[in-house]
Amino acid sequence: MSRSPRRLATGGRIDRARRLNFSLEGRALQGFAGDTLASALLANGVTLVGRSFKYHRPRGFVSSGVEEPNGLFTLGAAGRTTPNVAGTVTDLYEGLSAVRQNGWPSVDWDLMAVTSWAAPLLAAGFYYKTFMGPRRKSWMFYEKFIRRAAGLGRGVHLPDPDRYETQHLFADVLVVGSGPAGLAAAWAAARAGAQVMLVEQDSELGGSLLSARLDSPEERWRAETVASLRRMPNLDIRCRTTALGLYDGNTVALVERHENGRPDPARGEAREIIITLEAGAIVFAAGTLERPLVFGGNDIPGVMLASAARSYLNRHAVFLGQRVVVATNNDAAWQSALDLATAGAAVTILDQRPTVNSRCLELANGAAITVQLDATPTRAIGARAVTGVRFSTSRASREHQLDCDLLCMSGGWSPVVHLTSHTGIKPRYRADIDSYVPGGYAAGHFGAGAMAGTFVLSAGIREGESAGWHAAEHAGYVSEAVRAQCSLPVGEDAACEVGPTRLGPTAARGKAFIDFQNDVTTRDIAIAYQEGFVSIEHLKRYTTLGMGTDQGKTSNVNGIHAMAAYRGLDPQTTGTTTFRPPYTPVSIGALAGRQVGQQFRPIRRSPLHEWHVANGAVLIEAGLWKRAWYYGWAGDSASAAYINEMKLVRSTVGICDVSSLGKIDVQGPDAAEFLDRVYVNNFARLPVGKARYGVMLNDDATVLDDGTTARFADTSYFMTTTTAQAAEVASRLEFLLQTAWVDLNVSVTLVTDEWAGMSIAGPKAREALQLALPGHDWSNERLPYMGCVDLDVDGVALRILRVSFSGELAFELYIAADRGCALWEHILARAASLGIRPYGLEALAALRIEKGHVAGLELDHRTTIDDLGLGKMAASNKTFVGCALRERPELRAPGRWSLVGLECLESGGILRGGAILFAPGDAVAGHGRGYITSVTWSLELGKYIALGLYQGGLLHQGEDVVCAYPLKHEQVRARIVAPVFVDSRGERLRV
Amino acid sequence: MLKIACPGCGVRNYTEFRYAGDANKVRPAHQVRDLGEWYDYVFLFDNPKGPHREYWQHVLGCRQWLVVERDTATNTVQGTRFARDGGGE
Repeated sequence: MSRSPRRLATGGRIDRARRLNFSLEGRALQGFAGDTLASALLANGVTLVGRSFKYHRPRGFVSSGVEEPNGLFTLGAAGRTTPNVAGTVTDLYEGLSAVRQNGWPSVDWDLMAVTSWAAPLLAAGFYYKTFMGPRRKSWMFYEKFIRRAAGLGRGVHLPDPDRYETQHLFADVLVVGSGPAGLAAAWAAARAGAQVMLVEQDSELGGSLLSARLDSPEERWRAETVASLRRMPNLDIRCRTTALGLYDGNTVALVERHENGRPDPARGEAREIIITLEAGAIVFAAGTLERPLVFGGNDIPGVMLASAARSYLNRHAVFLGQRVVVATNNDAAWQSALDLATAGAAVTILDQRPTVNSRCLELANGAAITVQLDATPTRAIGARAVTGVRFSTSRASREHQLDCDLLCMSGGWSPVVHLTSHTGIKPRYRADIDSYVPGGYAAGHFGAGAMAGTFVLSAGIREGESAGWHAAEHAGYVSEAVRAQCSLPVGEDAACEVGPTRLGPTAARGKAFIDFQNDVTTRDIAIAYQEGFVSIEHLKRYTTLGMGTDQGKTSNVNGIHAMAAYRGLDPQTTGTTTFRPPYTPVSIGALAGRQVGQQFRPIRRSPLHEWHVANGAVLIEAGLWKRAWYYGWAGDSASAAYINEMKLVRSTVGICDVSSLGKIDVQGPDAAEFLDRVYVNNFARLPVGKARYGVMLNDDATVLDDGTTARFADTSYFMTTTTAQAAEVASRLEFLLQTAWVDLNVSVTLVTDEWAGMSIAGPKAREALQLALPGHDWSNERLPYMGCVDLDVDGVALRILRVSFSGELAFELYIAADRGCALWEHILARAASLGIRPYGLEALAALRIEKGHVAGLELDHRTTIDDLGLGKMAASNKTFVGCALRERPELRAPGRWSLVGLECLESGGILRGGAILFAPGDAVAGHGRGYITSVTWSLELGKYIALGLYQGGLLHQGEDVVCAYPLKHEQVRARIVAPVFVDSRGERLRV
Repeated sequence: MLKIACPGCGVRNYTEFRYAGDANKVRPAHQVRDLGEWYDYVFLFDNPKGPHREYWQHVLGCRQWLVVERDTATNTVQGTRFARDGGGE
């Protein structure tokens, strides 16, 4: 067992009794419970953790948190492979396996690093300028090589075996962040009596306080406060939970991660849970992110944020360097210097400010820290690890050099304004802290602590407390009485001052990185400026600044500062880019939740569904419906089976499940008038006991839907719609009745699911019905074509319409959904001697194409009744929805694409749906003169037939067309014919 | 999550509703066949930033059509009424 070379023997928040085994590229390593992957790797001396995106430069960890741009890993294997995970936010667990990314053949020995020598070529805009123009083709050729050279981890195309959940929760007050301000806010709001949720992305509560020494007063305050919070029953504390985004109505999207990296899906454990939380009020206490300083070589491994070095030291007991230089422009980094010195490092502070407060100097002096004021780092020295730093002062022209093995930097602090900005409130620049704070708060939103620009600890706690009270008050908890009695104790602390970090255009030497993850340097900002991409949004897109998985958490403000300096503007004027959710990367699995596989979307099943499945039906999705496509009795494939099923219907009798048809009950004294208004044809004069085919239009005169409506009483109609448009039609009818025609006394009820429907079709349909339901008169006289009748069969209501979609003698039977299967089986059993069998959706569609009935493919909300040859249905003696705009000249123009029939002229030729139609002699290119909408093999004609839309329609009857199908390089000849291929006089319907 | 207070069902998530556009448009009387009036009603819409009266139907609830006053800039709802009661004005 190898001893971790950089781990301190004592201290830190790790549990030395719980060793955890993990691996890096197969190499066995050990860490402790309480480690992150980053801290465990650093403890094992692994400082080179990745190669940069463009230049393949060696990189180490810059941070210890969500802002990490460099230390990204691919975790897990097989279906659990997860790329681009920051090691700094990955809690170590037993068996974790990690792989570093973006090095070839390996991160330690990366041949692609030669791109660094080609760096002048790879500056901002390089790809656009070189590969994009003048022809798009060049980019398409180069793209795959470029993507291979520059990249992050790769996902896998395997099913994810883990489980993800979604929750919908509520709270009176949500507190985002558990640093000093967040803890105080949660305490106050809970104390006021509100139901409070406190979310913390880290595995422990405390935020920045977790980086303090265990023997510090800050830690004592943290421990005591957390202990009192844990005792509050109305406080829901969730660690490992990140607030990803803020949405309308105080809805916050949270993602909660499982407490160890190995949830067991078999025990119902979810890897991640997306929580949509609706909060009465929200306290934002998300803290700050430290900014790097920008100088040459600031990306060399061993150059790190000062806060990160302190966190690794105090939290994880990882001692990162013996000779440490801390380069800063603010007081906060001095605390890191003090802690590193106390731990035994030789520390030098380089502070850019000419003067600092005396308390800082006293503390540094006491810890034997060398202090150099007015000192600006210009260049880090080293290749795969930092060995020194050069710096300059304003007094001397000569640069100084210091040796070091850890270079800490602190360029100021950027409040986490992401969530508050999601509402559209732009952040506001504050010169005193040289950074952006929330530009304002919506009602019920409160900001506190460092996130609101308050960097002094005691002030942050007081602010958090106050925000907690106000949030509880906003949520309806009157708190003044309680508030007067209690207040959290706060110890003394130091002031925190921040100096200016504004970058001069020439401050840095060598490659000075602003965005580490996307390899954006000061030079790229200069190029963007020179070429006119000066707006922050343009700068972002031209240089890719802030477009990585870290979304510029360390780089955005530095980039804005650099551009502001070039333009001579202040950062308030330049503004920021738009902040959008999610705050940190979220897995697609979490967003999908349980909506995978069977649960991907709702499934609608016919009342006869179980029968179909049990009796050899092959199912097909039609919208949300699962429908019987064809049945095993008819063949092994759809193409064979549907022809046999067609043959059955045309020769004897078949039965088809039509339960998915939309059914709408229309009742009321004005029902007849109502239907007369919505249908183009007349329904008021429809006699009771009769059904009629009707077409209804949209207001713009395109066809909305068609279907059969039957009149069962003076004031009662039973409307059927197409499967696809049922919901739309019902909603439209309700709209008209509730907004425009409130004077009509009509009630409209969607009853699709109440009725099972089945169609008995074929020359022997009447015989089948007689066998199934003897004792009733099914003669042509009693129930003629388009007749309808309500029956009571043994106390069960049965509704029978003599309508036909197939063109054969047919009856549609409707019965209560729960009786549907019994009726279906009864008919099949009683009529078995006739050879009755079920037929599916494919045969149903084939039969209607032969008959020339239009369906969804023709009713695409662009066609009019005149386009479809149904214009003669429109009653001239009444007004109906759409009749005014039907008279638009463009809709009456003779060249419109309108319905035609097509017969294939080539033996062995296949017509295909979607084929583009050309006149013979046309160049076969472009959109042609029309297209095929529906196609089938015609049993009757022994050839492929189709319906289609063609310029001029039946004016071209008898002419040939070329049906082009470019995807298969096919061109087939067909002839334009009338769109009725079978029994054009409708004699079979009326027997 | 945008919330709409249905006068029939109470406060619900907007996902229970369907949106149907501008409620300020007055539908021409059914008997009107004037092309211009219908053209204006069907095709010409304002796209205001700020308060907007619009139709929503509570499809997954009482199925009533509502007139909702929503601020398109802030996505806050100021008022909700049944459309059949005139929806205001």
